[in-house]
Amino acid sequence: MVELTHDTRPIIGRGPPLGATFLTLAIAAIALMVADQRYDQLTRVRAWLSAAVYPVQVVVDLPFRAWDWVSGSFADRSRLRQENLELTARLRLSNLQLQRFAALEDENRRLRDMRENSAGVADRVLVASILNVDLDPFRHRVLLDKGAADGVFKGQAVLDADGIFGQVSQVHAKTAEVILISDAEHAIPVQSNRSGLRTIAVGTGDSKRLSLPFVTVEADLKQGDLLLSTGMGGVFPPGYPIAEVTQVVRDASTTFALVDARPTARLDRDREVLLVWFDAPAAVEPPPAAETAQPEVPPAAAAPAPTAMTAPAPGEGE
Amino acid sequence: MRPSGAAQRLLYWFSVALGLVLAIVPLPDWLGPLRPDLALLMVIYWILTRPRIAGLGYAWLAGLFLDVLRGLTLGQHALGFVLVAFLAHRAQLRMRMFPILHQAGAVMVLLAVYHFVIFWTDGLTGHGYTGWNRWLPVLSGALLWPLIVAAGDTLTRRSR
Repeated sequence: MVELTHDTRPIIGRGPPLGATFLTLAIAAIALMVADQRYDQLTRVRAWLSAAVYPVQVVVDLPFRAWDWVSGSFADRSRLRQENLELTARLRLSNLQLQRFAALEDENRRLRDMRENSAGVADRVLVASILNVDLDPFRHRVLLDKGAADGVFKGQAVLDADGIFGQVSQVHAKTAEVILISDAEHAIPVQSNRSGLRTIAVGTGDSKRLSLPFVTVEADLKQGDLLLSTGMGGVFPPGYPIAEVTQVVRDASTTFALVDARPTARLDRDREVLLVWFDAPAAVEPPPAAETAQPEVPPAAAAPAPTAMTAPAPGEGE
Repeated sequence: MRPSGAAQRLLYWFSVALGLVLAIVPLPDWLGPLRPDLALLMVIYWILTRPRIAGLGYAWLAGLFLDVLRGLTLGQHALGFVLVAFLAHRAQLRMRMFPILHQAGAVMVLLAVYHFVIFWTDGLTGHGYTGWNRWLPVLSGALLWPLIVAAGDTLTRRSR
């Protein structure tokens, strides 16, 4: 502190003045935000930038992957045998179920053919691993190691072995960002397996809970009901499990019941997920405007439609 | 004996880049919200100690890279970083004189400004998360400040 002149930056003198630099950069940042948010102009810039940070993400992920590899290759024999036995047993069970489902699928296809409605069955899947990278502790997003180079597209459905996981929100060259169904900005159209009731499940920011805000008090929904995807909006393939209703609180003085559901997919524990390509079901009836599952649709925007949707649609209850 | 500017510049870039990498290293769930903004703390530290080397441009760039790394709206963290860097530059003559705890308090104010910018732009872009724990990094960053100063001083003293 004796030589104050030795290190202080000349505010007037060499270089542009600090205030001007600050203003320029701040305006540039705000312009970037506006361009990115409002006009979607920056896809190419973003692609370059994410290609530049891809090595960083891989390096961060590497130790975790290496640890997995090491612990996998040094797993002792008895554990592997045990695992092998379990897997064989599960495979046998799954094959058994599959045989039954094959018959059901044939029947389903025949029925749908009669209705001239092609079923949206998952055609092609691609296994992707989740990169061990923390994006934001308050948003439920993950980064996959597959990107545009593998044919991943924005809005693609992502599944895991137990149900629907989320959808692709951003595609980069070699990675893709997925928004989970539990993210507070995500909404997905669902249908109750038991009653055929259709509504929307909204993420809460808690990976073990979805909320169904648009279920009327008299709607036929109860604890334990399995919620399936409807295929409305064309994002998710229809008929896959999403969540199981965990509680229904009905208060006669309000219009809507308080309904919570637990996602069937293991949102917080998955390491590998499936990217799905499927034929979007041909639109037999014009889908209601509010039933898109785009993450950009805030729950408030979907609010006007729910009363129409919570009533079991007569055409769908067969 | 003053060390060469190039070496210091390199050290500056490297430390901020390290902070950026540490910003996406996975942490356990309970620790995630506490993650301090290391890259920003590095920027503040370098502005206070070597204001001629640590300019606003690199701070802005570091913020932009954080946006890309986390897949957020481009420019959000760039704005926060450049605002904090500007304030630190303006206050650096005073802040260098502060005793370390007092300095940590001032850093806490800077971090609060930064998080307010992020909170505000989050709200504008429609990603508002209003839980109290999003403000935790302000506290953890201020607590970490004395450590950063100690580490940084021992690292640069060798060349001083």
